[in-house]
Amino acid sequence: MGNVIGIGASPKRKEDQRFLTGRGNYVSDIKRPGMTAGVFVRSLHGHAILRGIDKSAALAAPGVVAVLTGEDVAADKLGSLPCGWGISDAKGVPMKEPPFPMLAQGKVRFVGDMVAFVIAETPEQANAAAELLTVDYEVLPSVVGVLEAVRPGAPQLFDDVPNNICCDWELGDKAAVETAFRKAAHVAKLSLVNNRLIGNPMEPRAAIAEFEPGTDRFTLWTTSQFPHVVRFLMGALVLNIPQHKLRVVAPDVGGGFGVKQFHYGEEAVITWAAKRVKRPIKWVASRSEGYVSDRHGRDHVTEAELALDEYGKFLAFRVNTLANMGGYLSTFGPNIPTNLYGPLLGGVYTTPAIYCNVKVVFTNTVPVDAYRGAGRPEATFVLERIVDVAASEMGIDRVEIRRRNMIPKEAYPYQTPVLVQYDSGDPMGCLDGALVAADVKGFGVRKAASASKGKFRGLGYSTYVEACGLAPSRFAGRLGARGGLYESATVRVHPTGQVTVMIGTHNHGQGHETTFAQIVSEKLGVSFENVDIVFGDTDRVQFGMGTYGSRSLVVGGAALSKATDKVIAKGKKIAAHLLEAAEVDIQFEAGNFSVAGTDRTKSFEDIAGAAYVPHNYPLEVLEPGLEEQAYYDPVNFTYPGGCHIAEVEVDPETGTVTLVNYTAVDDVGTVINPMIVEGQLHGGIVQGVGQALFENAVYDEGSGQLLSGSLMDYCMPRADHMPMMKVETHSTLCTHTPMGVKGCGEVGTIGSPAAVINAVVDALAHLGVTHVDMPATPNRIWRLLQNASLPVAAE
Amino acid sequence: MKPFAYHQPDQIPDAAKLLTSIEDSKLVAGGMTLIPTIKQRLASPVALVDLSKLGSLKGIIDDGASITIGAMTPHAVVAASKLVQTKIPGLAALALMIGDPAVRSRGTIGGSVANNDPAADYPAGVLGLGATIVTSTREIAADKFFLGLFETALEPGEIITAIRFPVPLKAGYSKFKAPASRYALVGVFVAKFADGVRVAVTGAGPGVFRVPPMEAALSENFDPSAIAAIKIDNDGLTSDIHAEADYRAHLVTVMAKRAVDAALS
Ligand SMILES: Cc1cc2nc3c(=O)[nH]c(=O)nc-3n(C[C@H](O)[C@H](O)[C@H](O)COP(=O)(O)OP(=O)(O)OC[C@H]3O[C@@H](n4cnc5c(N)ncnc54)[C@H](O)[C@@H]3O)c2cc1C
Repeated sequence: MGNVIGIGASPKRKEDQRFLTGRGNYVSDIKRPGMTAGVFVRSLHGHAILRGIDKSAALAAPGVVAVLTGEDVAADKLGSLPCGWGISDAKGVPMKEPPFPMLAQGKVRFVGDMVAFVIAETPEQANAAAELLTVDYEVLPSVVGVLEAVRPGAPQLFDDVPNNICCDWELGDKAAVETAFRKAAHVAKLSLVNNRLIGNPMEPRAAIAEFEPGTDRFTLWTTSQFPHVVRFLMGALVLNIPQHKLRVVAPDVGGGFGVKQFHYGEEAVITWAAKRVKRPIKWVASRSEGYVSDRHGRDHVTEAELALDEYGKFLAFRVNTLANMGGYLSTFGPNIPTNLYGPLLGGVYTTPAIYCNVKVVFTNTVPVDAYRGAGRPEATFVLERIVDVAASEMGIDRVEIRRRNMIPKEAYPYQTPVLVQYDSGDPMGCLDGALVAADVKGFGVRKAASASKGKFRGLGYSTYVEACGLAPSRFAGRLGARGGLYESATVRVHPTGQVTVMIGTHNHGQGHETTFAQIVSEKLGVSFENVDIVFGDTDRVQFGMGTYGSRSLVVGGAALSKATDKVIAKGKKIAAHLLEAAEVDIQFEAGNFSVAGTDRTKSFEDIAGAAYVPHNYPLEVLEPGLEEQAYYDPVNFTYPGGCHIAEVEVDPETGTVTLVNYTAVDDVGTVINPMIVEGQLHGGIVQGVGQALFENAVYDEGSGQLLSGSLMDYCMPRADHMPMMKVETHSTLCTHTPMGVKGCGEVGTIGSPAAVINAVVDALAHLGVTHVDMPATPNRIWRLLQNASLPVAAE
Repeated sequence: MKPFAYHQPDQIPDAAKLLTSIEDSKLVAGGMTLIPTIKQRLASPVALVDLSKLGSLKGIIDDGASITIGAMTPHAVVAASKLVQTKIPGLAALALMIGDPAVRSRGTIGGSVANNDPAADYPAGVLGLGATIVTSTREIAADKFFLGLFETALEPGEIITAIRFPVPLKAGYSKFKAPASRYALVGVFVAKFADGVRVAVTGAGPGVFRVPPMEAALSENFDPSAIAAIKIDNDGLTSDIHAEADYRAHLVTVMAKRAVDAALS
């Protein structure tokens, strides 16, 4: 038996060797013979009619190979960029789904909308030529905010989408909610904005496309979280390339957070163009280009009402949201503020009646789609905020009101009134753990110490649950998914016993090469070093739906677990033959097949060898070779959750909020690699803190210009914004995934914004502050304090 | 980035001559501001004249009643200078608050002052201390040098060679960092001399400016309480997505108080 590093161990990450020594292989590192450079010309206007494009000067510029526009796309009769979800309104009327051409046709609808693709020998020449392109725009007024977009008389993005409403979606029992509200002893109300975010993965998007005339095959290297889905969407629905003639490779990818889980027009344009110019083409986005073209996240305006009885029991919850879709429907766009939002409004509470209406709205902004957490942070924020509002209005302690309404551990599986059924969980256990870990008892002393320095200290709770492990295909299909959401894995045992796994998820920072190797090492008893994980190449990996929605371990890991079980099952057959025993008597443990009750054993390597050199082998009944594949379609979502407690200090003189303590106790099910889980939590929490305190994508109403168009104006959270975080797990096992795992990729981002804002409001509650919109910037806090007419703090 | 010629003269007159003789040429010092603008194609000079080989532009000299800092001295060197730390600790502190370690190792005092970014830190120190800008042709008083948004009194072809700072009795700088860029949303430099106090504000408006009422009050009583009630007018202050004008005005008072505190500690 080798060096098994299995479930529960925290080995250093395998992939970090190449990342930390500068040996990663990112798209922009790749060079192809004869490669040209492509540059996208993007709309400078939020909304304009495209009257014409004069290519002549650009075409005449040095080194220019081709200039392509929407007219060329139209002439080639190419498809529109597809939306992967089709939602419907309450009457079953499908959403409005206007075409999303890969290069703008007739109109541009956001700053950054692509109007042309310029290909030249070098990036400098392509950039220079791009500046020579004359685009004749008839500028129209832009509308960027959802409230403005649905107002009568607002600029209309599409002729056939009245009031810019893509879909008027609803969920839940409206009548039951109304009845409950009539009986309520108290109704808490809250209006809030969920701020728009820009994903900012460290590596900007990039692509290389190549066409081989000899085989009629295309290859696209792209910064993608789901290469097989790109192959399907782009090949089958946009460019009409047969699947077997299209290879999509997503090599090392420097972070995604959702930004790279969509099929982008750039991918389609560059692939199509590579055949036209018969040369490979490379495009690498700049950071600024990413700001106006990477899909943004969040951007809701919401009114919520919670009905309670006199004891503070939740009777019903009603939520009305306007969700920004941007200028077109992106791959998952309409799914995020609906199916991934409404079903989470039950939270960890027993609220019997819930109704949610979401108007999904087009505006002259970058299309909005999934960003880490995707819909669930928005739901958690509304719910966890209004719980605090209700507690304060009714004079009930914030922890107490949560306890009174929490689903007890014994009540699982728990059917919510909004579709989902939680299989397992222990929210009270997470809360109790967090209260201790955060030293809530000592808060009073800390608050007094802050007060003596003229600072206000606050504590904020978020007890939340999310749904991840996307997704049970049948369930998703009912909700409007146009594809399946299973995952696949192949376990290839080599004749010498080493293992290569081909898996359909994509590792872009999550540590899959380590976690998945641990699973195989544990299950097969092979050395951790002897397991390699292959992903991100449609020619090497059978199939896959990719990585998003905290699904890789939950769905991909389950497929891997199943495939590994099949290897063991076949190994037992081979061992039975070699050991001349009945198959039922063969045991597999710690890398050895043995006959129960005897000392007759064969090692895993022996069995692998026999499978590939089948001289003494049951060839009549068993194929040679030791390679198994499994597809896994989950039976339910998984429901990680937990309790986050944030502690902040506010400087009333400047309005600055400082996060001074952060505690998270999360239920993520079985933990494969504690170090990686902790890292996922840390990163997720920082992103949530970023939303709560710093990040804000701001557009100018009217012109549609992005005012926060670079890192100079869009504030990312930094290391010095963060205290040391306390991260613990309090796990219950998922009842339906093979290893009991629940997923941990997004929990940090989902639980944290509400915890932070609840803490800020708590710090300012004595001044009558009841809500703070995100991000809680110094200016915003100062303004609130002005309105609360705070006496000037004494020096 | 468009192609450009590159010159690296070793004499100041040669540098000045290159600058005047080549149309659309530009000086490059640390390049921390200029290179990004060229990369973004916002500037496309035909030639760059690099000041890094001009030895006389580097170094910090003790003149007794003043300190002279060569134009090519990087922020990190000023921050770490024992001389500056001893004689004008507020200036060393200011240098340490600029950008990040990489920017401080490359960016220079001459480049920062010549650029006169409305949110840069050095202009507050230079104006607050009433420094003198020494150029290839003359000496310019700080009060005459900064002319508003990226505008200075520099003539075409004129090169800053050094900045001469009078040594104050006390001086302090307090900076409220803009959340994203970490330039000054509002930065206030306060310096007390035998003949009075100077207060210079950066970040709040289109250019660095002084606050006479605060100077008067602090000359009477060099204590934060002396200016706690002095509000500056919102008019003419910057309003943007990070801060509205009235908030910036409020911060001027807060940062001025903290700068006095820093000067006193
Ligand atoms: C990430 C980042 C963060 C930053 N943060 C801050 C901050 O917090 N506070 C702050 O104040 N600054 C900040 N800066 C700016 C930094 O201080 C720059 O170094 C400074 O603005 C310019 O100095 P430089 O030597 O790099 O000049 P360069 O970029 O080389 O030149 C700037 C301009 O000055 C001209 N010039 C340069 N030297 C001379 C001279 N001797 N005589 C005449 N003209 C000259 C050049 O022609 C050019 O027009 C930051 C920069 C970056 C990139």
